[in-house]
Amino acid sequence: MVVVGADTTESIKTIEFAKAFPDRLFQLGIAEPNMISVAAGLAAAGKIPFAATYSVFGSAHTYNVIRQNVAYTNLNVKIFCSHAGLTVGPDGATHQINEDIALMRGIPRMTVLVPADGPETAKCVDAAGAMKGPVYCRFSRTNVPTVTAAGDGFTIGMARVLRDGFDVTLIGCGIMVARCLEAAATLEKERISARVINLSTVKPLDLATIDRAARETGGIVTAEEHTVVHGIGAAVASAIAANHPVPIAMVGVQDVFGESGEAEELLHKYGLTAEKIVEGAHDVLKRRDR
Amino acid sequence: MVEVSEQLIAGLKKKAVTLRKHIIRMTHNAQSGHPGGSMSACDIVTALYFHVLRVDPSNPTWPDRDRFVLSKGHACPVWYAALAERGFFPVEELMTFRKLNSRLQGHPELGTTPGVENAAGAEGQGLSFSVGLALASRMDHKAWRTYCVLGDGEQDVGQTWEAAMAASKYGLDSLTAFIDRNGIQQEGRTEDIMPLEPLAEKWEAFNWHVLTIDGHDFRQILAAIEEAHRTRGRPTAVIARTVKGKGVSFMENKIKYHGAATSDDELKLALAELEAMEAAF
Ligand SMILES: Cc1ncc(C[n+]2csc(CCOP(=O)(O)OP(=O)(O)O)c2C)c(N)n1
Ligand SMILES: [Mg+2]
Repeated sequence: MVVVGADTTESIKTIEFAKAFPDRLFQLGIAEPNMISVAAGLAAAGKIPFAATYSVFGSAHTYNVIRQNVAYTNLNVKIFCSHAGLTVGPDGATHQINEDIALMRGIPRMTVLVPADGPETAKCVDAAGAMKGPVYCRFSRTNVPTVTAAGDGFTIGMARVLRDGFDVTLIGCGIMVARCLEAAATLEKERISARVINLSTVKPLDLATIDRAARETGGIVTAEEHTVVHGIGAAVASAIAANHPVPIAMVGVQDVFGESGEAEELLHKYGLTAEKIVEGAHDVLKRRDR
Repeated sequence: MVEVSEQLIAGLKKKAVTLRKHIIRMTHNAQSGHPGGSMSACDIVTALYFHVLRVDPSNPTWPDRDRFVLSKGHACPVWYAALAERGFFPVEELMTFRKLNSRLQGHPELGTTPGVENAAGAEGQGLSFSVGLALASRMDHKAWRTYCVLGDGEQDVGQTWEAAMAASKYGLDSLTAFIDRNGIQQEGRTEDIMPLEPLAEKWEAFNWHVLTIDGHDFRQILAAIEEAHRTRGRPTAVIARTVKGKGVSFMENKIKYHGAATSDDELKLALAELEAMEAAF
């Protein structure tokens, strides 16, 4: 395993790897396209490179390099990116990438991971390192509550049901998983039983778990710190449309850029809250029962 | 060398201290942002906005204005401070920097902030944007000029050199690039992260007219701009040797203040130093 970095190794903590293995981290400066291709070369010669930086630079900024040098070439490069989504906060729209899931899931051969918390992020590192092929994994800068247990299994391609329920299913990824659980607790008080699924693998999609949720609960709300254009909502919607169409509501960023502000303020302003997920559930139930 | 009066220099020095106070207050108030690179570019920005640029604060989109492009967008506190002091928007608005619903975004946004000419945040796009502006100025037979400020960390970015080639291909003599050579990028010294030297020779090899100056000496800054104006057929790169965090002793040359605001105690110390400087004028 080797790590390549782009002048952000301290803030995303890959510097810790360099402390243990000083000759296995390559600091390549503010030159992310170069970083990705260097990683591809390392992979082609048998190394397992982890390329890590902020999500906007490890996805959109380097998109065609990833497409050609990593995915088309089918190389064993693991792109791990922090600072995804609105919760980057005060840096503003240039740094708040809400489109990376869309970009990455559109690339053939790419595995796309969005862990829900710290322990799951660690499992993503292990699982990505253990599999062959390109991986993109994105997570947020902000603190998140732990919603998975250390003992929970983690398999790429398998969504996990965190809470069972029968009236509606809430499918979230990343920081929105905790908000789905919060929403489920609120719904329970209204005697609505909500299933919560942690969709930490966005691609390949766990069709079986999603299909079962559609059939057994009859309605789905998705929640993501990402644009609803081609994010997990769109992925789930096309899966259920093909198998077992049910009403769906999507909580996420609505085809707009973000702006400066504190993380929580932004989540509120852009509607990425447990309340919006509850509203989505009400909306889905209304449409289903019509 | 052009005649530059003592009075002009004293006025610019004083203005630069005012801008530095704004930078410290803005980033402290936001408890985020990038003071170090704002302070290192401060004297260049001051010289441009308070002596060189033909701009009209009451008509920010005046078509014949000179263009200022901040490629290293994270240093926007110095830009916002200069624009406010120049009258593009109220000075009080500076305290909304990085706050929700503010016109002063954490990184510059074109169209939102009066006087801002480019969007930046991802490093390395500003010089290419400046090439486009300079090409348009020439196509329209206009006299307005383009000034671009880049970080030395931005010399890592491949696109900077793509722009450098394009500018010399088209002989864009209305384009002047300032390279804020403070020797530090985000997490270390440039020569440790990605060695740049010999830097002047690189720009020369790309067929630019190259000057190396002290980026905190107003006479040298103004002389370099003057020389860029006189230079025909080639763009000019001014490598401005600067100090990151310049103006506040405990911030100078400290990697930490690339992207860290002052604490409450540090704010007091920093403002006291700058006020003492101001009082000396
Ligand atoms: C493409 C890109 N990669 C990474 C970053 C994160 N980043 C922000 S500022 C910075 C360092 C900038 O150094 P420099 O250009 O020397 O700026 P200055 O010292 O003048 O503040 C980095 C790596 C970025 N903004 N853009
Ligand atoms: Mg620098």
